Amino acid sequence: MSRLSQQVVTLKIDGRDVGARSNETILEVAHENDINIPSLCSVEGLSVVGSCRLCLVEVRGTSELVSACSTYVREGMDIVTHSERLSHYRQTILSLFFSERNHLCAVCVSNNHCELQGQAQALGLSHVEVAYRYPQLPVDASHERFVIDHNRCILCTRCVRVCDEIERAHTWDVAGRGVQALVITDLNEPWGSSETCTSCGKCVQVCPTGALFEKGKAVAEMSRRRRFLPYLAKTKEKSS
Amino acid sequence: MMPEELTELAHKEQTDAQQWQHQIHVCTATGCLSAQSDQVYTALTREVRDRGMDKTCRVKGVGCLGLCSAGPLVQVNPAGTLYQHVQVDDVPELVQSLKHSPVERLVCSTDIPFFQQQVKIVLANAGNIDPERIEEYLAVDGYQGLLQAVTEMTPSEVISEVIHSGLRGRGGAGYPTGLKWTTVAKADSHQKYVICNADEGDPGAFMDRNILESDPHCIIEGMAIAGYAVGATQGYIYVRSEYPLAIKRLRNALRRAERLGVIGNNIFESAFRFQIDVRLGAGAFVCGEETALIASIEGRRGNPRPRPPYPAEAGLWGQPTLINNVETLANIPAILRNGGGWFATIGSSQSTGTKVFALTGKVNHGGLIEVPMGMSLRSIVFDIGGGIPNELAFKAMQTGGPSGGCIPETHLDMPTEYETLNQIGSIMGSGGIIIMDETSSMVDVARFYMEFCQDESCGKCVPCRVGTAQLATLLTKIAEGMATPEDLILLEELCDVVKHTSLCGLGQSAPNPVLSTLRFFRHEYLAHIRQ
Repeated sequence: MSRLSQQVVTLKIDGRDVGARSNETILEVAHENDINIPSLCSVEGLSVVGSCRLCLVEVRGTSELVSACSTYVREGMDIVTHSERLSHYRQTILSLFFSERNHLCAVCVSNNHCELQGQAQALGLSHVEVAYRYPQLPVDASHERFVIDHNRCILCTRCVRVCDEIERAHTWDVAGRGVQALVITDLNEPWGSSETCTSCGKCVQVCPTGALFEKGKAVAEMSRRRRFLPYLAKTKEKSS
Repeated sequence: MMPEELTELAHKEQTDAQQWQHQIHVCTATGCLSAQSDQVYTALTREVRDRGMDKTCRVKGVGCLGLCSAGPLVQVNPAGTLYQHVQVDDVPELVQSLKHSPVERLVCSTDIPFFQQQVKIVLANAGNIDPERIEEYLAVDGYQGLLQAVTEMTPSEVISEVIHSGLRGRGGAGYPTGLKWTTVAKADSHQKYVICNADEGDPGAFMDRNILESDPHCIIEGMAIAGYAVGATQGYIYVRSEYPLAIKRLRNALRRAERLGVIGNNIFESAFRFQIDVRLGAGAFVCGEETALIASIEGRRGNPRPRPPYPAEAGLWGQPTLINNVETLANIPAILRNGGGWFATIGSSQSTGTKVFALTGKVNHGGLIEVPMGMSLRSIVFDIGGGIPNELAFKAMQTGGPSGGCIPETHLDMPTEYETLNQIGSIMGSGGIIIMDETSSMVDVARFYMEFCQDESCGKCVPCRVGTAQLATLLTKIAEGMATPEDLILLEELCDVVKHTSLCGLGQSAPNPVLSTLRFFRHEYLAHIRQ
């Protein structure tokens, strides 16, 4: 039974009966039904990576948690999206995000428009228990219109994916591993001298935090426009 | 090639071998090579020639003889005398002794439990055959399993035999091999792949390396049988580039096997074709995880992805893919030759067969061992390993590397089985065993493994990327006596989060060394903490 053969299934999310197609993910079905599952790495129109782990949900009858963004719905599934255990895990994961690099909301271009900040507010994260790591990270302002500040990057790889999958330039990628990992342009050259970058700015529009921003934006001025994405993704699908 | 040719070649090699009065086996696996066994080999060859004995005595480079801690090892057959720590200076005396009695001062007794209590299936040929000559593998019934499978059995009969054997994945998790084969065989696709996972990376583990160096053809045969059973025509061996000798011997073996026609097109005059290519890892531990391994073979960054879909359904280039560990595949030829029923009589009921371990650390006899499943852990340490040196007390046995745990003295009477090891917070793992004595600090052990996981995390998911770094920081704080009781609580909480929310097996199992040392050696943590 291939995933493409679309079947109609019914399942339960948080006790509510919902209908769905078998090629939809738990996250998609939940959003369709106005059930909020937090997530940071997933964005409509881009491929799924399942790396932020915020969208983990419980499936009754199994002990393991599954990421809602990468799991397809099945007939009779009974999904719990909010529980004490999940909210503890989500808060800790957010703490790990905040502790990893230097997230200083008060001086950030994305203050009040930041998805990381938004999730922290929504999930009631009042403080970070783990130690801040305070790494020394560079800021690359060599591009004529945009800046990448690695101190605010959460490695969600949205920029990598949009550049590869929509713009088809593949300027961005990830170098290094573990906590040493960084998104890079071309073969780790300054963004400004990149030969593949088309300066389309899609990476800047999908960035969830203040890591990628337009030059000239001051504190709290960087808001994002993403409505183009699902449209472009559809066009790409049709043409291929 | 025709089946008769195979038998003919094997017979010729067996007859040839009988003409030698003496065969001197020199271990040329990496362990002994690092102790200059290659020089011993050259000196022996020259000495035998200079004395005009090269018509009656053959000097032969072989794979691992087992007791790596006593290398370089040399065995004189047919008498079976084993010599340890052989140096170039010892060579004249050794060759001289062939006509008389053995050189007593170099003899290593094979009457000790280390040799007597082992049961060899996977390592049956290691130390006996020259891994660079396919004829020697043929002489010990090599490729007979493949011949039987291809000419006499249907693919589903081959799978039944594997199911019947009860063989479980030797990479560590113990997933039933027959079941895995069935799922790939049932997957509907015109193109399927078989991958041999030889990306062995646990600290202290060298089972797969020695199998590849000692008996590369058994892996090729195992893969071809697997290919026939699941309907694949292409195999890949993913081996880490830190194993140059294994790669060299593997490539040499593949060339010989292709030339002879035991792999390639129309194997044994049948319609079955199977080809194998070698792919090298570039040093990332996470590439042992199957989805990361697949990404790496495809030429992409070795990052894992969420499962399902499992590789059996959508693996390499989106096609159904069978991934087995080196040792798992090495068991296959013997299972086909002797039957699954024979295999199931060895070991215990839920964990059949044998397990190869790399026994290292504070133990008298270290090296590569193969024991029947179900043997007590105590026997491994005190009989086979010969106990702890310098009259120190045993403290813990580490199995499963960075994904495993430390087993204390009180649990040593448990049998070596997948389930029992899981129950006590460790895992069978791929086979690395590190023995620790009373001088080892368990906090340091936990910290070592956590720093390893931090370095080897691919950085894709947050709990593993940042969680392991935070855990390593906390463990350092504890080891340095700077931690508070709250830090210990945080440590346990973080372990829980990393274990249950990480994307792949690396992160999910990274807290195991901490959790198991906390379970059995909590007092050591408490002793480090400021009250």
